[in-house]
Amino acid sequence: MISDAPVLQQASEPAENVAAPSRAARYARPLLGALLPLALALGWELVVWLGWSNGRLVPPPSRIFATIAELARSGELVRHIIATLWRVGLGFAFGVVAGTLLGAVSGYWSLARRLLDPTVQALRAIPSLAWVPLFILWLGIFETSKVALIAVGVFFPVYLGVMGAILSVDRKIVEVGRTFRLSGFAMIRRILLPAVLPAYVVSLRVGLGLGWMFVVAAELIGASEGLGYLLLDGQQLGKPAQILAAIVIFAILGKLTDWLIEVAAAPFLRWQDAFVRVKGA
Amino acid sequence: MLALDRVSKTYPNGVQALARFSAEIRQGEIVAIIGGSGCGKSTLLRAIAGLDRASSGTVTLDNEAISSPHAKIGIIFQEPRLLPWLSVADNIGFGLADLPAAERREKVVRALERVGLAEKAQAWPRELSGGQAQRVAIARALVPQPEVLLLDEPFSALDAFTRRDLQDHLLDLWADTRPTLILVTHDVDEAVVLADRVLVMRPRPGRLFDQIEINLGRPRDRNSPLFETFKRSVLTSLDRSLDRSVPDRDATQGPGQAMWW
Ligand SMILES: Nc1ncnc2c1ncn2[C@@H]1O[C@H](COP(=O)(O)OP(=O)(O)O)[C@@H](O)[C@H]1O
Ligand SMILES: [Mg+2]
Repeated sequence: MISDAPVLQQASEPAENVAAPSRAARYARPLLGALLPLALALGWELVVWLGWSNGRLVPPPSRIFATIAELARSGELVRHIIATLWRVGLGFAFGVVAGTLLGAVSGYWSLARRLLDPTVQALRAIPSLAWVPLFILWLGIFETSKVALIAVGVFFPVYLGVMGAILSVDRKIVEVGRTFRLSGFAMIRRILLPAVLPAYVVSLRVGLGLGWMFVVAAELIGASEGLGYLLLDGQQLGKPAQILAAIVIFAILGKLTDWLIEVAAAPFLRWQDAFVRVKGA
Repeated sequence: MLALDRVSKTYPNGVQALARFSAEIRQGEIVAIIGGSGCGKSTLLRAIAGLDRASSGTVTLDNEAISSPHAKIGIIFQEPRLLPWLSVADNIGFGLADLPAAERREKVVRALERVGLAEKAQAWPRELSGGQAQRVAIARALVPQPEVLLLDEPFSALDAFTRRDLQDHLLDLWADTRPTLILVTHDVDEAVVLADRVLVMRPRPGRLFDQIEINLGRPRDRNSPLFETFKRSVLTSLDRSLDRSVPDRDATQGPGQAMWW
Protein backbone atom coordinates (compact mmCIF):
# COMPACT_ATOMS: atom_id res chain seq x y z
CA MET A 1 0.00 0.00 0.00
CA ILE A 2 2.71 2.43 0.91
CA SER A 3 4.69 1.71 -2.19
CA ASP A 4 1.93 2.88 -4.50
CA ALA A 5 1.80 6.28 -2.88
CA PRO A 6 5.32 7.60 -2.49
CA VAL A 7 4.28 11.21 -2.89
CA LEU A 8 1.48 11.04 -0.39
CA GLN A 9 3.47 9.32 2.27
CA GLN A 10 5.97 12.13 2.34
CA ALA A 11 3.27 14.69 3.01
CA SER A 12 3.89 17.00 5.89
CA GLU A 13 3.05 16.23 9.48
CA PRO A 14 2.29 19.64 10.93
CA ALA A 15 1.60 18.53 14.51
CA GLU A 16 5.09 17.20 15.05
CA ASN A 17 6.62 20.40 13.86
CA VAL A 18 4.53 22.46 16.22
CA ALA A 19 5.88 20.40 19.08
CA ALA A 20 9.41 21.45 18.33
CA PRO A 21 9.59 24.84 20.11
CA SER A 22 10.83 23.97 23.58
CA ARG A 23 9.03 24.15 26.90
CA ALA A 24 11.17 27.12 27.86
CA ALA A 25 9.80 29.13 24.96
CA ARG A 26 6.25 28.28 25.97
CA TYR A 27 6.68 29.56 29.52
CA ALA A 28 8.80 32.53 28.51
CA ARG A 29 6.02 34.17 26.54
CA PRO A 30 3.56 34.72 29.42
CA LEU A 31 6.47 35.76 31.61
CA LEU A 32 7.32 38.45 29.10
CA GLY A 33 3.81 39.82 29.44
CA ALA A 34 4.14 39.91 33.23
CA LEU A 35 7.27 42.03 33.04
CA LEU A 36 5.60 45.41 32.66
CA PRO A 37 3.03 45.15 35.49
CA LEU A 38 5.64 43.64 37.81
CA ALA A 39 8.09 46.41 37.05
CA LEU A 40 5.43 49.05 37.65
CA ALA A 41 4.38 47.45 40.94
CA LEU A 42 7.93 47.14 42.20
CA GLY A 43 8.73 50.65 41.04
CA TRP A 44 5.77 52.10 42.90
CA GLU A 45 6.64 50.07 46.00
CA LEU A 46 10.13 51.56 45.85
CA VAL A 47 8.85 55.12 45.37
CA VAL A 48 6.66 54.86 48.48
CA TRP A 49 9.38 53.09 50.46
CA LEU A 50 11.84 55.86 49.63
CA GLY A 51 9.29 58.37 50.88
CA TRP A 52 8.92 60.17 47.54
CA SER A 53 5.16 59.66 47.84
CA ASN A 54 2.99 58.84 50.83
CA GLY A 55 0.95 56.38 48.74
CA ARG A 56 -2.29 57.38 50.40
CA LEU A 57 -4.41 57.58 47.23
CA VAL A 58 -2.42 54.96 45.35
CA PRO A 59 -1.31 52.45 47.96
CA PRO A 60 1.74 50.32 47.14
CA PRO A 61 1.30 46.58 46.48
CA SER A 62 2.46 45.61 49.95
CA ARG A 63 -0.36 47.61 51.53
CA ILE A 64 -2.93 46.07 49.17
CA PHE A 65 -1.78 42.57 50.04
CA ALA A 66 -1.77 43.44 53.73
CA THR A 67 -5.41 44.52 53.36
CA ILE A 68 -6.28 41.28 51.62
CA ALA A 69 -4.51 39.28 54.32
CA GLU A 70 -6.34 41.16 57.04
CA LEU A 71 -9.71 40.64 55.39
CA ALA A 72 -8.89 36.98 54.96
CA ARG A 73 -7.90 36.58 58.60
CA SER A 74 -11.16 38.01 59.90
CA GLY A 75 -13.11 35.63 57.66
CA GLU A 76 -14.79 38.59 55.99
CA LEU A 77 -13.08 38.00 52.68
CA VAL A 78 -14.53 34.52 52.32
CA ARG A 79 -18.00 35.81 53.15
CA HIS A 80 -17.78 38.51 50.46
CA ILE A 81 -16.31 36.17 47.89
CA ILE A 82 -19.00 33.55 48.48
CA ALA A 83 -21.76 36.16 48.20
CA THR A 84 -20.40 37.42 44.90
CA LEU A 85 -19.62 33.99 43.47
CA TRP A 86 -23.11 32.81 44.37
CA ARG A 87 -24.71 35.72 42.52
CA VAL A 88 -22.51 35.31 39.46
CA GLY A 89 -22.99 31.55 39.44
CA LEU A 90 -26.76 31.75 39.70
CA GLY A 91 -27.09 34.57 37.16
CA PHE A 92 -24.71 32.80 34.80
CA ALA A 93 -26.67 29.56 35.08
CA PHE A 94 -30.00 31.23 34.31
CA GLY A 95 -28.53 33.31 31.51
CA VAL A 96 -26.81 30.32 29.91
CA VAL A 97 -29.88 28.10 30.08
CA ALA A 98 -32.17 30.75 28.61
CA GLY A 99 -29.62 31.88 26.00
CA THR A 100 -28.85 28.34 24.92
CA LEU A 101 -32.48 27.28 24.63
CA LEU A 102 -33.70 30.35 22.78
CA GLY A 103 -30.54 30.55 20.67
CA ALA A 104 -30.88 26.90 19.67
CA VAL A 105 -34.56 27.28 18.81
CA SER A 106 -33.89 30.40 16.75
CA GLY A 107 -30.92 28.86 15.02
CA TYR A 108 -32.55 25.55 14.20
CA TRP A 109 -36.02 26.65 13.30
CA SER A 110 -36.38 29.56 10.95
CA LEU A 111 -40.01 30.23 11.84
CA ALA A 112 -39.01 30.69 15.48
CA ARG A 113 -36.16 32.92 14.39
CA ARG A 114 -38.46 35.20 12.44
CA LEU A 115 -40.83 35.29 15.37
CA LEU A 116 -38.33 35.67 18.18
CA ASP A 117 -35.16 37.25 16.94
CA PRO A 118 -36.44 40.77 16.18
CA THR A 119 -37.72 41.08 19.75
CA VAL A 120 -34.51 39.76 21.26
CA GLN A 121 -32.45 42.11 19.08
CA ALA A 122 -34.61 45.05 20.13
CA LEU A 123 -34.17 44.16 23.80
CA ARG A 124 -30.46 43.79 23.23
CA ALA A 125 -30.29 47.38 22.02
CA ILE A 126 -31.31 48.54 25.50
CA PRO A 127 -28.27 49.15 27.71
CA SER A 128 -28.73 46.41 30.27
CA LEU A 129 -28.20 48.71 33.25
CA ALA A 130 -31.35 50.54 32.25
CA TRP A 131 -33.27 47.56 33.61
CA VAL A 132 -31.99 48.14 37.12
CA PRO A 133 -34.77 50.42 38.40
CA LEU A 134 -37.43 48.17 36.95
CA PHE A 135 -35.86 45.02 38.36
CA ILE A 136 -35.67 46.65 41.78
CA LEU A 137 -39.34 47.64 41.59
CA TRP A 138 -40.38 44.21 40.40
CA LEU A 139 -38.03 41.95 42.29
CA GLY A 140 -36.99 43.98 45.30
CA ILE A 141 -33.61 45.29 46.35
CA PHE A 142 -32.23 41.94 47.46
CA GLU A 143 -30.78 38.92 45.69
CA THR A 144 -33.42 38.31 43.02
CA SER A 145 -32.95 41.60 41.19
CA LYS A 146 -29.16 41.20 41.24
CA VAL A 147 -29.28 37.68 39.84
CA ALA A 148 -31.78 38.81 37.20
CA LEU A 149 -29.50 41.63 36.08
CA ILE A 150 -26.53 39.27 35.78
CA ALA A 151 -28.62 36.73 33.91
CA VAL A 152 -29.65 39.40 31.42
CA GLY A 153 -26.02 40.30 30.85
CA VAL A 154 -25.08 36.65 30.27
CA PHE A 155 -28.11 35.87 28.13
CA PHE A 156 -27.38 37.99 25.06
CA PRO A 157 -23.89 36.81 24.11
CA VAL A 158 -24.91 33.19 24.68
CA TYR A 159 -28.09 33.59 22.64
CA LEU A 160 -26.26 35.27 19.77
CA GLY A 161 -23.38 32.80 19.95
CA VAL A 162 -25.59 29.73 19.80
CA MET A 163 -27.84 31.06 17.08
CA GLY A 164 -24.96 32.31 14.96
CA ALA A 165 -23.06 29.06 15.39
CA ILE A 166 -26.01 26.95 14.28
CA LEU A 167 -26.68 29.21 11.31
CA SER A 168 -23.08 29.03 10.18
CA VAL A 169 -22.71 25.26 10.38
CA ASP A 170 -21.19 24.17 7.09
CA ARG A 171 -24.01 23.00 4.81
CA LYS A 172 -21.59 20.67 3.10
CA ILE A 173 -20.94 18.79 6.30
CA VAL A 174 -24.65 18.59 7.06
CA GLU A 175 -24.96 16.99 3.64
CA VAL A 176 -22.49 14.31 4.71
CA GLY A 177 -24.88 13.54 7.55
CA ARG A 178 -27.73 13.36 5.07
CA THR A 179 -25.92 10.93 2.77
CA PHE A 180 -25.49 8.64 5.77
CA ARG A 181 -29.21 9.04 6.47
CA LEU A 182 -28.89 10.48 9.97
CA SER A 183 -32.22 11.07 11.67
CA GLY A 184 -33.00 14.51 13.09
CA PHE A 185 -31.72 13.58 16.53
CA ALA A 186 -28.58 11.85 15.25
CA MET A 187 -27.91 14.83 13.01
CA ILE A 188 -28.00 17.12 16.05
CA ARG A 189 -25.85 14.84 18.17
CA ARG A 190 -23.29 13.80 15.59
CA ILE A 191 -23.04 16.87 13.35
CA LEU A 192 -24.60 20.01 14.82
CA LEU A 193 -23.42 19.78 18.43
CA PRO A 194 -19.75 19.18 17.66
CA ALA A 195 -19.81 21.79 14.92
CA VAL A 196 -21.33 24.38 17.23
CA LEU A 197 -19.21 23.65 20.29
CA PRO A 198 -16.21 25.93 19.65
CA ALA A 199 -18.37 28.99 19.10
CA TYR A 200 -20.50 28.00 22.09
CA VAL A 201 -17.50 27.91 24.39
CA VAL A 202 -16.47 31.34 23.19
CA SER A 203 -19.97 32.68 23.85
CA LEU A 204 -19.92 31.16 27.35
CA ARG A 205 -16.66 32.93 28.09
CA VAL A 206 -17.97 36.23 26.78
CA GLY A 207 -21.15 35.70 28.81
CA LEU A 208 -19.15 34.99 31.94
CA GLY A 209 -17.14 38.17 31.43
CA LEU A 210 -20.36 40.15 31.24
CA GLY A 211 -21.63 38.31 34.30
CA TRP A 212 -18.66 39.61 36.28
CA MET A 213 -19.24 43.09 34.94
CA PHE A 214 -22.87 43.07 35.97
CA VAL A 215 -22.27 41.66 39.43
CA VAL A 216 -20.18 44.73 40.17
CA ALA A 217 -22.98 46.96 38.93
CA ALA A 218 -25.54 45.04 40.96
CA GLU A 219 -23.49 45.17 44.13
CA LEU A 220 -22.63 48.82 43.76
CA ILE A 221 -26.33 49.62 43.62
CA GLY A 222 -26.96 48.22 47.04
CA ALA A 223 -25.59 45.27 48.94
CA SER A 224 -24.49 44.46 52.45
CA GLU A 225 -21.94 41.92 51.35
CA GLY A 226 -19.98 40.94 48.27
CA LEU A 227 -16.85 42.22 46.60
CA GLY A 228 -18.82 45.10 45.06
CA TYR A 229 -19.86 46.08 48.56
CA LEU A 230 -16.15 46.15 49.52
CA LEU A 231 -15.57 48.57 46.66
CA LEU A 232 -18.34 50.89 47.78
CA ASP A 233 -17.37 50.63 51.43
CA GLY A 234 -13.78 51.48 50.53
CA GLN A 235 -14.90 54.55 48.65
CA GLN A 236 -17.21 55.81 51.39
CA LEU A 237 -14.67 55.30 54.14
CA GLY A 238 -11.73 56.54 52.06
CA LYS A 239 -9.81 53.25 52.00
CA PRO A 240 -8.20 52.97 48.55
CA ALA A 241 -6.28 49.87 49.61
CA GLN A 242 -9.59 48.06 50.19
CA ILE A 243 -10.87 49.14 46.77
CA LEU A 244 -7.73 47.88 45.08
CA ALA A 245 -7.85 44.69 47.12
CA ALA A 246 -11.38 44.03 45.85
CA ILE A 247 -10.30 44.81 42.28
CA VAL A 248 -7.39 42.37 42.54
CA ILE A 249 -9.72 39.66 43.80
CA PHE A 250 -12.22 40.39 41.03
CA ALA A 251 -9.40 39.97 38.53
CA ILE A 252 -8.26 36.69 40.06
CA LEU A 253 -11.78 35.24 40.24
CA GLY A 254 -12.64 36.39 36.73
CA LYS A 255 -9.53 34.83 35.30
CA LEU A 256 -10.00 31.67 37.35
CA THR A 257 -13.60 31.04 36.29
CA ASP A 258 -12.75 31.76 32.67
CA TRP A 259 -9.91 29.29 32.92
CA LEU A 260 -12.30 26.69 34.37
CA ILE A 261 -14.51 26.93 31.28
CA GLU A 262 -11.47 26.64 29.06
CA VAL A 263 -10.20 23.57 30.88
CA ALA A 264 -13.62 21.92 30.95
CA ALA A 265 -14.03 22.43 27.21
CA ALA A 266 -10.48 21.46 26.23
CA PRO A 267 -11.07 17.69 25.93
CA PHE A 268 -13.88 18.33 23.44
CA LEU A 269 -11.92 20.82 21.39
CA ARG A 270 -8.70 18.89 21.02
CA TRP A 271 -9.35 18.52 17.30
CA GLN A 272 -9.19 22.26 16.95
CA ASP A 273 -6.21 23.27 18.97
CA ALA A 274 -2.76 22.00 18.05
CA PHE A 275 -1.31 23.50 21.22
CA VAL A 276 -3.46 21.46 23.61
CA ARG A 277 -2.71 18.31 21.64
CA VAL A 278 1.02 18.83 21.94
CA LYS A 279 0.72 19.52 25.65
CA GLY A 280 -1.20 16.26 26.12
CA ALA A 281 1.38 14.23 24.26
CA MET B 1 -29.10 -1.99 -12.28
CA LEU B 2 -29.39 1.76 -11.98
CA ALA B 3 -31.96 3.23 -14.32
CA LEU B 4 -32.39 6.92 -15.05
CA ASP B 5 -35.61 7.60 -16.84
CA ARG B 6 -36.10 11.08 -18.31
CA VAL B 7 -34.66 12.78 -15.24
CA SER B 8 -35.24 16.54 -15.38
CA LYS B 9 -34.48 19.25 -12.90
CA THR B 10 -35.61 22.85 -12.90
CA TYR B 11 -34.36 24.87 -9.95
CA PRO B 12 -36.73 27.21 -8.12
CA ASN B 13 -35.01 30.17 -9.81
CA GLY B 14 -36.15 28.84 -13.19
CA VAL B 15 -32.80 27.44 -14.37
CA GLN B 16 -33.41 24.22 -16.24
CA ALA B 17 -30.31 22.30 -15.20
CA LEU B 18 -31.25 18.90 -16.54
CA ALA B 19 -33.61 17.82 -19.30
CA ARG B 20 -34.88 14.29 -19.85
CA PHE B 21 -31.68 12.47 -19.02
CA SER B 22 -32.03 8.73 -19.53
CA ALA B 23 -29.45 6.03 -19.08
CA GLU B 24 -29.14 2.50 -17.80
CA ILE B 25 -26.07 1.55 -15.86
CA ARG B 26 -25.16 -2.06 -15.16
CA GLN B 27 -24.17 -3.27 -11.71
CA GLY B 28 -20.38 -2.99 -11.47
CA GLU B 29 -20.01 -0.74 -14.47
CA ILE B 30 -17.76 2.30 -14.35
CA VAL B 31 -19.33 5.28 -16.08
CA ALA B 32 -17.70 8.65 -16.53
CA ILE B 33 -19.85 11.72 -17.10
CA ILE B 34 -18.09 14.51 -18.86
CA GLY B 35 -19.26 17.87 -20.13
CA GLY B 36 -18.77 21.60 -19.95
CA SER B 37 -19.16 23.36 -16.65
CA GLY B 38 -22.78 24.10 -15.80
CA CYS B 39 -24.22 21.34 -17.94
CA GLY B 40 -25.92 19.67 -15.00
CA LYS B 41 -23.43 16.99 -13.99
CA SER B 42 -23.63 17.74 -10.29
CA THR B 43 -27.38 18.14 -10.51
CA LEU B 44 -27.63 14.68 -12.03
CA LEU B 45 -25.39 13.13 -9.41
CA ARG B 46 -27.32 14.77 -6.57
CA ALA B 47 -30.56 13.41 -7.98
CA ILE B 48 -29.09 9.89 -8.08
CA ALA B 49 -27.80 10.32 -4.54
CA GLY B 50 -31.24 11.36 -3.36
CA LEU B 51 -29.89 14.66 -2.04
CA ASP B 52 -32.14 16.64 -4.39
CA ARG B 53 -35.36 15.49 -5.97
CA ALA B 54 -35.73 15.50 -9.72
CA SER B 55 -38.51 17.77 -10.98
CA SER B 56 -39.70 14.92 -13.15
CA GLY B 57 -38.48 11.53 -14.24
CA THR B 58 -37.29 8.72 -12.00
CA VAL B 59 -34.12 7.21 -10.62
CA THR B 60 -34.45 3.55 -9.76
CA LEU B 61 -31.91 1.18 -8.27
CA ASP B 62 -32.85 -2.48 -8.65
CA ASN B 63 -36.47 -1.42 -9.22
CA GLU B 64 -36.52 0.70 -6.10
CA ALA B 65 -37.25 4.39 -6.69
CA ILE B 66 -34.68 6.74 -5.17
CA SER B 67 -36.00 9.97 -3.69
CA SER B 68 -33.83 10.34 -0.60
CA PRO B 69 -30.36 9.14 0.42
CA HIS B 70 -30.15 5.38 0.24
CA ALA B 71 -27.96 2.88 2.08
CA LYS B 72 -26.83 1.30 -1.18
CA ILE B 73 -25.67 4.61 -2.67
CA GLY B 74 -22.57 6.43 -1.49
CA ILE B 75 -21.19 9.73 -2.70
CA ILE B 76 -17.80 11.41 -2.72
CA PHE B 77 -17.61 15.14 -3.33
CA GLN B 78 -14.93 17.34 -4.77
CA GLU B 79 -13.90 18.31 -1.22
CA PRO B 80 -13.19 15.49 1.24
CA ARG B 81 -15.82 16.88 3.69
CA LEU B 82 -14.28 15.06 6.64
CA LEU B 83 -15.69 15.87 10.05
CA PRO B 84 -12.89 17.88 11.66
CA TRP B 85 -13.77 16.78 15.21
CA LEU B 86 -13.38 13.08 14.44
CA SER B 87 -10.10 11.23 14.06
CA VAL B 88 -9.31 9.68 10.70
CA ALA B 89 -10.47 6.29 11.99
CA ASP B 90 -13.74 7.68 13.35
CA ASN B 91 -14.37 9.50 10.08
CA ILE B 92 -14.03 6.25 8.18
CA GLY B 93 -16.36 4.52 10.63
CA PHE B 94 -18.93 7.32 10.47
CA GLY B 95 -21.40 5.37 8.37
CA LEU B 96 -21.11 2.22 10.48
CA ALA B 97 -22.76 3.51 13.64
CA ASP B 98 -25.30 0.69 13.57
CA LEU B 99 -22.68 -2.04 13.78
CA PRO B 100 -21.33 -3.45 17.06
CA ALA B 101 -18.16 -1.62 18.09
CA ALA B 102 -15.82 -4.57 17.54
CA GLU B 103 -17.05 -5.21 14.02
CA ARG B 104 -16.88 -1.53 13.22
CA ARG B 105 -13.33 -1.28 14.48
CA GLU B 106 -12.29 -4.26 12.43
CA LYS B 107 -13.75 -2.82 9.24
CA VAL B 108 -12.15 0.54 9.88
CA VAL B 109 -8.75 -1.00 10.47
CA ARG B 110 -9.02 -2.96 7.26
CA ALA B 111 -10.11 0.12 5.31
CA LEU B 112 -7.27 2.18 6.77
CA GLU B 113 -4.78 -0.39 5.60
CA ARG B 114 -6.46 -0.61 2.26
CA VAL B 115 -6.02 3.11 1.60
CA GLY B 116 -2.50 3.11 3.01
CA LEU B 117 -3.23 5.33 5.99
CA ALA B 118 -2.92 2.86 8.85
CA GLU B 119 -0.44 5.05 10.68
CA LYS B 120 -2.79 8.04 10.43
CA ALA B 121 -5.67 6.31 12.24
CA GLN B 122 -5.58 8.65 15.21
CA ALA B 123 -4.62 11.81 13.30
CA TRP B 124 -7.06 14.72 12.93
CA PRO B 125 -8.28 15.55 9.43
CA ARG B 126 -6.46 18.90 9.49
CA GLU B 127 -3.18 17.02 9.73
CA LEU B 128 -3.71 15.32 6.36
CA SER B 129 -2.61 16.44 2.92
CA GLY B 130 -5.29 16.97 0.29
CA GLY B 131 -4.68 13.56 -1.27
CA GLN B 132 -4.70 11.78 2.06
CA ALA B 133 -7.94 13.49 3.06
CA GLN B 134 -9.60 12.41 -0.17
CA ARG B 135 -8.44 8.84 0.46
CA VAL B 136 -10.16 8.96 3.82
CA ALA B 137 -13.31 10.23 2.11
CA ILE B 138 -13.13 7.33 -0.34
CA ALA B 139 -12.68 4.87 2.49
CA ARG B 140 -15.59 6.42 4.41
CA ALA B 141 -17.86 6.03 1.41
CA LEU B 142 -16.73 2.50 0.56
CA VAL B 143 -16.65 0.95 3.98
CA PRO B 144 -20.47 0.47 4.21
CA GLN B 145 -20.13 -1.39 0.87
CA PRO B 146 -22.52 0.60 -1.30
CA GLU B 147 -23.74 -0.88 -4.56
CA VAL B 148 -23.36 2.45 -6.28
CA LEU B 149 -20.64 4.98 -5.59
CA LEU B 150 -21.04 8.47 -7.02
CA LEU B 151 -18.00 10.71 -7.40
CA ASP B 152 -18.36 14.40 -8.26
CA GLU B 153 -15.03 15.62 -9.63
CA PRO B 154 -13.31 13.88 -6.74
CA PHE B 155 -9.74 14.56 -7.82
CA SER B 156 -10.02 17.91 -9.52
CA ALA B 157 -8.62 19.84 -6.55
CA LEU B 158 -5.46 17.72 -6.45
CA ASP B 159 -2.18 18.13 -8.27
CA ALA B 160 -1.64 16.00 -11.36
CA PHE B 161 0.68 13.56 -9.66
CA THR B 162 -1.61 12.87 -6.72
CA ARG B 163 -4.56 12.69 -9.06
CA ARG B 164 -3.04 9.86 -11.09
CA ASP B 165 -2.12 8.06 -7.96
CA LEU B 166 -5.66 8.26 -6.63
CA GLN B 167 -7.16 7.19 -9.95
CA ASP B 168 -5.13 3.99 -9.84
CA HIS B 169 -5.99 3.59 -6.21
CA LEU B 170 -9.71 3.99 -6.86
CA LEU B 171 -9.60 1.22 -9.46
CA ASP B 172 -7.76 -0.96 -7.03
CA LEU B 173 -10.42 -0.42 -4.36
CA TRP B 174 -13.22 -0.84 -6.88
CA ALA B 175 -11.91 -4.30 -7.73
CA ASP B 176 -12.56 -5.46 -4.14
CA THR B 177 -16.35 -5.37 -4.28
CA ARG B 178 -17.02 -4.01 -7.78
CA PRO B 179 -19.65 -1.41 -6.99
CA THR B 180 -21.12 0.65 -9.80
CA LEU B 181 -19.04 3.82 -10.15
CA ILE B 182 -20.44 6.99 -11.63
CA LEU B 183 -17.70 9.54 -11.93
CA VAL B 184 -18.20 13.13 -12.93
CA THR B 185 -15.04 14.64 -14.33
CA HIS B 186 -13.80 17.31 -16.67
CA ASP B 187 -10.56 15.47 -17.27
CA VAL B 188 -10.65 13.43 -20.49
CA ASP B 189 -7.62 11.44 -19.40
CA GLU B 190 -9.36 10.47 -16.18
CA ALA B 191 -12.52 9.43 -18.00
CA VAL B 192 -10.66 7.20 -20.44
CA VAL B 193 -8.38 5.62 -17.88
CA LEU B 194 -11.22 4.70 -15.53
CA ALA B 195 -14.45 4.24 -17.40
CA ASP B 196 -16.11 1.43 -19.29
CA ARG B 197 -18.34 4.03 -20.87
CA VAL B 198 -18.17 7.80 -21.17
CA LEU B 199 -21.38 9.82 -21.23
CA VAL B 200 -20.95 13.25 -22.81
CA MET B 201 -23.40 15.92 -21.74
CA ARG B 202 -24.25 19.19 -23.42
CA PRO B 203 -25.46 22.32 -21.64
CA ARG B 204 -28.49 24.62 -21.59
CA PRO B 205 -30.39 22.60 -20.67
CA GLY B 206 -28.13 19.80 -19.47
CA ARG B 207 -28.79 16.66 -21.45
CA LEU B 208 -27.11 13.55 -22.77
CA PHE B 209 -25.25 14.17 -26.00
CA ASP B 210 -23.18 11.11 -26.74
CA GLN B 211 -21.93 7.81 -25.36
CA ILE B 212 -18.53 6.31 -26.01
CA GLU B 213 -17.66 2.76 -25.01
CA ILE B 214 -14.06 2.43 -23.92
CA ASN B 215 -13.17 -1.06 -25.06
CA LEU B 216 -9.80 -1.26 -23.37
CA GLY B 217 -8.59 -3.96 -21.02
CA ARG B 218 -7.24 -3.17 -17.57
CA PRO B 219 -4.76 -2.08 -16.43
CA ARG B 220 -4.70 0.61 -19.07
CA ASP B 221 -1.56 2.09 -20.48
CA ARG B 222 -1.95 5.84 -20.68
CA ASN B 223 0.67 6.00 -23.41
CA SER B 224 -0.67 3.36 -25.77
CA PRO B 225 -1.88 4.46 -29.23
CA LEU B 226 -5.28 2.92 -28.56
CA PHE B 227 -5.64 4.99 -25.39
CA GLU B 228 -4.87 8.08 -27.46
CA THR B 229 -7.50 7.10 -29.98
CA PHE B 230 -10.21 6.84 -27.32
CA LYS B 231 -9.10 10.13 -25.81
CA ARG B 232 -9.37 11.78 -29.19
CA SER B 233 -12.87 10.47 -29.79
CA VAL B 234 -14.03 11.72 -26.37
CA LEU B 235 -12.46 15.12 -27.07
CA THR B 236 -14.10 15.29 -30.46
CA SER B 237 -17.45 14.48 -28.97
CA LEU B 238 -16.96 17.16 -26.32
CA ASP B 239 -16.14 19.74 -28.93
CA ARG B 240 -19.22 18.84 -30.88
CA SER B 241 -21.36 18.95 -27.74
CA LEU B 242 -20.51 22.64 -27.41
CA ASP B 243 -21.00 23.45 -31.03
CA ARG B 244 -24.56 24.75 -31.24
CA SER B 245 -24.77 24.03 -34.96
CA VAL B 246 -24.52 20.32 -34.23
CA PRO B 247 -27.97 18.90 -33.51
CA ASP B 248 -28.47 16.41 -30.69
CA ARG B 249 -27.40 12.84 -31.39
CA ASP B 250 -25.95 13.69 -34.77
CA ALA B 251 -23.48 11.23 -36.24
CA THR B 252 -21.76 13.46 -38.79
CA GLN B 253 -18.01 13.53 -38.26
CA GLY B 254 -15.51 16.39 -38.11
CA PRO B 255 -13.71 17.82 -35.09
CA GLY B 256 -14.99 21.16 -33.82
CA GLN B 257 -12.69 23.85 -32.45
CA ALA B 258 -14.77 24.98 -29.50
CA MET B 259 -13.14 25.04 -26.07
CA TRP B 260 -15.35 22.63 -24.20
CA TRP B 261 -14.73 23.89 -20.67
N1 LIG C 1 -29.06 25.16 -6.17
C1 LIG C 1 -29.17 25.73 -7.39
N2 LIG C 1 -30.07 26.70 -7.62
C2 LIG C 1 -30.20 27.26 -8.83
N3 LIG C 1 -29.46 26.93 -9.90
C3 LIG C 1 -28.53 25.97 -9.74
C4 LIG C 1 -28.34 25.32 -8.48
N4 LIG C 1 -27.34 24.42 -8.62
C5 LIG C 1 -26.96 24.49 -9.90
N5 LIG C 1 -27.66 25.43 -10.58
C6 LIG C 1 -27.55 25.75 -12.02
O1 LIG C 1 -27.82 24.57 -12.75
C7 LIG C 1 -26.91 24.43 -13.81
C8 LIG C 1 -26.18 23.12 -13.69
O2 LIG C 1 -25.36 23.15 -12.55
P1 LIG C 1 -24.44 21.94 -12.08
O3 LIG C 1 -25.26 20.71 -12.05
O4 LIG C 1 -23.75 22.33 -10.84
O5 LIG C 1 -23.41 21.86 -13.29
P2 LIG C 1 -22.01 21.12 -13.40
O6 LIG C 1 -21.83 20.28 -12.19
O7 LIG C 1 -22.10 20.34 -14.66
O8 LIG C 1 -20.97 22.17 -13.52
C9 LIG C 1 -26.00 25.63 -13.78
O9 LIG C 1 -26.48 26.57 -14.71
C10 LIG C 1 -26.13 26.15 -12.38
O10 LIG C 1 -25.98 27.53 -12.37
MG1 LIG D 1 -20.33 20.34 -10.65
